[in-house]
Amino acid sequence: MVFDNAYEAITEENDSRWAFGTGFTDPLEGVDTSVPSGVDAGELEAYCLMLGDDALVFSHRLQEWCTNAPELEDEVAIANIALDLLGQARLLLARAGERGEDSYAFFRGEHEFRNVRLAELPHGDFGELIAALLVFSTWRLALLRRLTESRDPVLAAIAAKGVKEVTYHRDYAAQWTVRLGDGTDHSRERMAAGLATGWPYVDELFTPHEIEVSLAASGVAVNPAESRAEFDEVLAQVLRAATLDVPEVPGIPGVSGRTGRDGVHTESMGYLLAELQSVARADPEATW
Amino acid sequence: MRSDWPLYEVFVRGKRGLNHVHVGSLHAADDEMALHHARDLYTRRNEGVSIWVVKAADITASSPDEKDPFFAPSADKVYRHPTFYDIPDDVPHM
Repeated sequence: MVFDNAYEAITEENDSRWAFGTGFTDPLEGVDTSVPSGVDAGELEAYCLMLGDDALVFSHRLQEWCTNAPELEDEVAIANIALDLLGQARLLLARAGERGEDSYAFFRGEHEFRNVRLAELPHGDFGELIAALLVFSTWRLALLRRLTESRDPVLAAIAAKGVKEVTYHRDYAAQWTVRLGDGTDHSRERMAAGLATGWPYVDELFTPHEIEVSLAASGVAVNPAESRAEFDEVLAQVLRAATLDVPEVPGIPGVSGRTGRDGVHTESMGYLLAELQSVARADPEATW
Repeated sequence: MRSDWPLYEVFVRGKRGLNHVHVGSLHAADDEMALHHARDLYTRRNEGVSIWVVKAADITASSPDEKDPFFAPSADKVYRHPTFYDIPDDVPHM
């Protein structure tokens, strides 16, 4: 922003003069929202639902910490992270198709949700939360960074917005991992237990679904398998600082090889959706 | 839950300059955590580009008992104010 004199920047006509400013930006401003040529709309829908459902479902789990966090300051931090992910979910579900974000979120059944199972794991203790957040945000950041190069300009713009947010989420989780792991005997034990709880769902994060493979081939999507090395490196670095070991627990396979991306979820998913969808289903015509 | 983390005071500088302004306080285990908490609590609405945090215990403050000798003597020194200059209309924040 260039001004003729130093005071012009802080005059009445100029919103940016406010010390405590408004200055909202639309992440999709000026972005071409038509489906790129040669891309199957059904595949694009499925892919947007995968990334959108990851954010929506994990955001819901984080929201469950409202009024339950160990400290007021962390409660706000966790709520902020939940809101960031909810924002990503809204953009991605809106990109999925004409059906609309609310319809996707509130009127699909469990088998139609394509989120990874890590996102839906039941509300545990603070160590489990931090472990899940560390794994989820490290994985998602690696994925979103690559997605900023997507041939779909909408996905690229959503990813660019998300990268800034998830970088902070990962930092928040890493700081707590180190604090708890390198803390007292008790905090170390709880942090290690939290990691062991989420770890069986790590392999699933890097197992590409056929739609991811197909769309990655046309430059629209990201093949999650590509970022495994980066994930392992970051986790090793954080856990080393936390004086913790990388867990050695076997993965939990899906049903006949089918997992979250195929709509096959864990037991807790149904309960999560029951709460998430109850108001919208009780009064489908409601607006607010 | 009663926190035994120390109290920190938070100062935020807005994006268009001016000075760091005191915006509130928070509890944190150490300086680094205080900075992160300040980011989460006080810059949620696009308020800032720079944050300072300082332990409340490290602030030396004037006491209400000393109000008169500290501040009253400046009340009648009109010549200390730049009121004898013409200030252009487009100069704010004077």
